[in-house]
Amino acid sequence: MWELRHRGGCPGPGGAVAPPPREREAAGGDHETESTSDKETDIDDRYGDLDSRTDSDIPEIPPSSDRTPEILKKALSGLSSRWKNWWIRGILTLTMISLFFLIIYMGSFMLMLLVLGIQVKCFHEIITIGYRVYRSYDLPWFRTLSWYFLLCVNYFFYGETVADYFATFVQREEQLQFLIRYHRFISFALYLAGFCMFVLSLVKKHYRLQFYMFAWTHVTLLITVTQSHLVIQNLFEGMIWFLVPISSVICNDITAYLFGFFFGRTPLIKLSPKKTWEGFIGGFFSTVIFGFIAAYVLSKYQYFVCPVEYRSDVNSFVTECEPSELFQLQSYSLPPFLKALLRRETISLYPFQIHSIALSTFASLIGPFGGFFASGFKRAFKIKDFANTIPGHGGIMDRFDCQYLMATFVHVYITSFIRGPNPSKVLQQLLVLQPEQQLNIYKTLKTHLIEKGILQPTLKV
Amino acid sequence: MTELRQRMAREPDAPTEDKVMCVQIKCFHEIITIGYNVYHSYDLPWFRTLSWYFLLCVNYFFYGETVTDYFFTLVQREEPLRILSKYHRFISFTLYLTGFCMFVLSLVKKHYRLQFYMFGWTHVTLLIVVTQSHLVIHNLFEGMIWFIVPISCVICNDIMAYMFGFFFGRTPLIKLSPKKTWEGFIGGCFATVVFGLLLSYVMSGYRCFVCPVEYNNDTNSFTVDCEPSDLFRLQEYNIPGVIQSVIGWKTVRMYPFQIHSIALSTFASLIGPFGGFFASGFKRAFKIKDFANTIPGHGGIMDRFDCQYLMATFVNVYIASFIRGPNPSKLVQQFLTLRPDQQLHIFNMLKSHLTDKGMLTAATEDE
Repeated sequence: MWELRHRGGCPGPGGAVAPPPREREAAGGDHETESTSDKETDIDDRYGDLDSRTDSDIPEIPPSSDRTPEILKKALSGLSSRWKNWWIRGILTLTMISLFFLIIYMGSFMLMLLVLGIQVKCFHEIITIGYRVYRSYDLPWFRTLSWYFLLCVNYFFYGETVADYFATFVQREEQLQFLIRYHRFISFALYLAGFCMFVLSLVKKHYRLQFYMFAWTHVTLLITVTQSHLVIQNLFEGMIWFLVPISSVICNDITAYLFGFFFGRTPLIKLSPKKTWEGFIGGFFSTVIFGFIAAYVLSKYQYFVCPVEYRSDVNSFVTECEPSELFQLQSYSLPPFLKALLRRETISLYPFQIHSIALSTFASLIGPFGGFFASGFKRAFKIKDFANTIPGHGGIMDRFDCQYLMATFVHVYITSFIRGPNPSKVLQQLLVLQPEQQLNIYKTLKTHLIEKGILQPTLKV
Repeated sequence: MTELRQRMAREPDAPTEDKVMCVQIKCFHEIITIGYNVYHSYDLPWFRTLSWYFLLCVNYFFYGETVTDYFFTLVQREEPLRILSKYHRFISFTLYLTGFCMFVLSLVKKHYRLQFYMFGWTHVTLLIVVTQSHLVIHNLFEGMIWFIVPISCVICNDIMAYMFGFFFGRTPLIKLSPKKTWEGFIGGCFATVVFGLLLSYVMSGYRCFVCPVEYNNDTNSFTVDCEPSDLFRLQEYNIPGVIQSVIGWKTVRMYPFQIHSIALSTFASLIGPFGGFFASGFKRAFKIKDFANTIPGHGGIMDRFDCQYLMATFVNVYIASFIRGPNPSKLVQQFLTLRPDQQLHIFNMLKSHLTDKGMLTAATEDE
């Protein structure tokens, strides 16, 4: 235990955390008396104090190493540190946005991989913070178990969602059929194995710590993995449902920052002292306009608008279809005051643009709460950034904190207002039924389709 | 909505659901109270309100999904219910978001960490308690036997393992719970499997246990009336040679459900105790003797239900994977909400699938 406390907090770029003097004394004492149950009391009492004392007692984690590339440092060596920081942030922003465009160009599969990569990195960042907070990096089994649970939950979600879209591919392979049919059972068995391993790994002196890390892992999984899978489901609906929300959040971030920089005066919330009301409102209006325009531009291209499908003949993802009504220009008559303003009777819009107003409003009004949540979290655990992956910006989580709620909102929005159930999933479930049930349903469907005139009744020869 | 509640209150199954709800609320309350005690956070601004609010939201979401599935025809008739059910996910999400924003606005400078801890604590508790209780209710709708047999197996295992341990116990099982012994564990396993077989034999004979619970629109009540499925009809099984010599019978008449009950009772005796060890570890970690003092001599409600924790999920997954497939009428409903071109596509895929399987020939097509 002495070793655990001594070494804790050191891994990675976090820097050493000096334990408060009281703990060092306890460390010396504990080293001598190994087997008394008092030791357990001491340690757990210490955690008790750790839990209930106020934030001010917790030691700050010192700023970590600078990861800015040498080239940038040389180019900006002449500027003062405030402008240098501004420039680094700006250059990195442009780099990230360009990379994003590149991946969009490369297609949906690359986007899926990108989302998966971001999810794993976010999980890693948050778990590492947990290790640092609880100084539990060397807890037996725990690192393995965290990654194992991440794998299980991903396996479950990928099986549920992605398998639906690969229905035609899956039909052909026998083993895959088996995996799909008993998917829930297999995922549950995998999770149970992890749960039992956790119970068996409980070590007498570290109970509380282990339970904390267990809960920390589960909450992190809930946040990162479910969001990333909702993002992928939105992506399959059509890349526009992925691009417009994400760009609205990024646009809101940037424009709120710019408005705040130039006009900011009234602070918005005590949690983030740099945010101002001017930035918030300015960002709101700019994001709605930006979303409106982006929706207009993207709605023209089949590449963005069509649901992503896996074609087995070509063995790749295709986005080809007849665009739905949402993406066909329609004439809307303008309300009187706009008529006078624009001097037109009607305007041609894509119906999707109306939806984009809802999406960008959410991005600007509620999205920031995700940012405040992350700020509160960073203050609670006394960290400046989630990690140091991106120079000038912090970790991946720092960039994605506002996206947190957006993905869920878009998914709920789509299922409630846009489309009904997923056709591939309905097909999948149909094929799993008993043959007699399938035959019955076939007959019901046939009568229904003929009634509606969708299917022509077969002529008897 | 009041009318629906009145109708539900008159029916035989409503009391069981109400009991499940009460147990769930009490368990939630017990675990949250432990959290308050651990973090000395009873007076944290807003937090008690927010915890109960989140409990309400998650329950609303789950109940809405259940009600929509099982009461489909009733819901379609009543206008307000129809709208609530159509936009159910959106409404639930909005309610949750409101709670989330209230949490962010309630963050107070000196108590950030505490507040985040309680937020995490509430969410993990909801995950454990509320999802389990709704899976229990799903199992109940499948047929009361799927609710009664698993729960009794866990209780039986508890009692049998204790008795075997009391009389024969010698080798300790796990450091976490020093009172458990290997003799108790193995004895409990065998006793539970035998108990499960007997109990399923007795219950499979009665329709009220075996039939899925359905909501009958004409009589506006719950009914458990049906033609029992194959699972609950006696069948002849050949006894393997080994047991033939012991018992002296060639065949035995059993319900197929009894075979499934072996799986259920095995899970209850082998994995169920891990739920108990988890709860013991939790109690040791937070230095509490019992979850609460609700039941004299036993502790809190959670103390009695800790082994049930994993059982409900297992039964639900088991039923979904091995017993029934998706609900055909629900599939037809979903189909009818699709776009015409999607409907046609699915129809054609189904047609080719059935033709491949030989179920569909030119003759049956013309019917």
